[in-house]
Amino acid sequence: MNGRPILEARGLEKRFGGVRAIAGVDFALADGELRCLIGPNGAGKSTFFKMITGQLHPTAGQILFAGTDITRAEAHQIGRLGIGIKNQVPDVFDGLPVSENLWLAARRANTGPQARALVDEITERLDLADIAARVVGELAHGQRQWVEIGMVLARKPRLILLDEPSAGMSLEETNRTAALIREVNRTTTIIVVEHDMQFIRQIATKVTVFHQGQILVEDSFDRIMTDVRVRDVYLGRQATA
Amino acid sequence: MTTGPSIAATRPGRSWWLAVGVLLVAVILAPYYVITDISDQIDISIIFVLALLALSMSFLWGYAGILSFGQTAFFGLGGYAYTVLALNLHETTFSFFAAIALTMLFAAVLGYFMIYGRISDIYLSVITLVVTLIFEKAIKSTSGDQYVIGSVRLNGQNGIPTVPSLRIPWSGTELSFDGVFILDGILLVLIYAGLRLLLTTHFGRLLVGIRENNRRVELLGFDSRGYKLGAFVISGGIAALAGVLYGVWNNFVAPEMFGLKRAAEVIVWVIVGGKSSLVGPILGTAIVQYLQNKLGTQSVGEWLPLILGLVLILVVLLFRNGLLPGLVGGVGWAWRRVRGAA
Repeated sequence: MNGRPILEARGLEKRFGGVRAIAGVDFALADGELRCLIGPNGAGKSTFFKMITGQLHPTAGQILFAGTDITRAEAHQIGRLGIGIKNQVPDVFDGLPVSENLWLAARRANTGPQARALVDEITERLDLADIAARVVGELAHGQRQWVEIGMVLARKPRLILLDEPSAGMSLEETNRTAALIREVNRTTTIIVVEHDMQFIRQIATKVTVFHQGQILVEDSFDRIMTDVRVRDVYLGRQATA
Repeated sequence: MTTGPSIAATRPGRSWWLAVGVLLVAVILAPYYVITDISDQIDISIIFVLALLALSMSFLWGYAGILSFGQTAFFGLGGYAYTVLALNLHETTFSFFAAIALTMLFAAVLGYFMIYGRISDIYLSVITLVVTLIFEKAIKSTSGDQYVIGSVRLNGQNGIPTVPSLRIPWSGTELSFDGVFILDGILLVLIYAGLRLLLTTHFGRLLVGIRENNRRVELLGFDSRGYKLGAFVISGGIAALAGVLYGVWNNFVAPEMFGLKRAAEVIVWVIVGGKSSLVGPILGTAIVQYLQNKLGTQSVGEWLPLILGLVLILVVLLFRNGLLPGLVGGVGWAWRRVRGAA
């Protein structure tokens, strides 16, 4: 858990007109970590993810990935450096079969035969064989999430960002997702945004709480759960000074 | 801009190769055995040429999701470039290829600024349309004696009526009507087959991915702009080829090649035929052109655009994805019904 951070944000800010969606975030993530981001809606979690992956560019501040400054980098350059993301709304190729979705993801850094082998591997690992030939747009929300996670894994990234991976999943699917995340974390650094506390309990070691575009508190899951500030934020109470 | 499931990623089977081979033989033999009438040969040749233009648009629109309203810019440029080169050089083979290459170069420059400038899809459609209209205006205003390229007067809105016929390399024989028919037919089949195969490659499959979700393609680490530009240039090259063949077909190029009427027609062919397949637009062009020819001789005169408009509306209402996908879907549905009842 120690050593140099793989991801670092310094004084990060994002303004949309007069709104400060991210209002000064300093964040560091160690290589190999599994971190959870929580916080009420509008706290800036997804905006934070989008800035790390080049989908949005910060108004101020700096983002470093494995020592490289990626603050102004384009999305495809960041993808190549080894950051993969599952966005909150599934970002898949809805008109194409599951296998084609995975193939396009696998093909980026591989030759044709390697890519096909990788697609087979991911299909088996995520148990997608039954739906491999189905068009993704026809699948249930939970299944589309798995397809997208599969696409992210096929790129073999060093850092994976998962924005609400268990949304729309049944309890059983959620448990499988949690197990998968723990397994992937043995080789890959992961950040997860979630609302489902049961889910976070299954995977979390360290939790960062966002509130109004800033980091409110950062601690172990158990301590976060008993933190009075966190409770106030979630129950919408104004913290008494 | 999704067009529903795309099956193009699968490699074509043996029957497809056989069909392509049969078609090639058919267009070579047809003018000698089946379509022996010269006026029929001329009518069908132009359908081949215009189908190439439709193909250039549907490849870009249906597969890469880029609606270029101004494919006629490349169509006209190809035609004019060939004419100017061939008249200056007194040679047609080099001029044929050089005209296409020059137009592709222009497409690359135009495409570079639009695609790398990351303008949105709708603006790309508008800009391409404006570009073709600018060309039309510009060429129309070259009627004066001072507008000469080499030894060729551009002639403004009167066009250039002396476009040289293609000569067979080395022998120097001019292509006659049946020769033009065969050449146009072969090129249509080859370009269709080439595009169909291109769509099974990494490049082609990624283009479909870009159509489906450009952001995902970028997040996976692909710079989608290079792929889009590649598709744009290929499509421009096919439109240029159609333009050269058009000039050769009637030994005439005119500013109307760039015009709004022509640009709109291309969209009609593609929509009628269906842009989610490559065969559809070819069929769409053939049907609309055939109707136009037939009705043109039936003294409907000024009613023609109205009738074609009605055809377009009917097709769009009845077959949302175009004629061919609609018919294929309908036949498949009926087949399942029949089998289910048996």
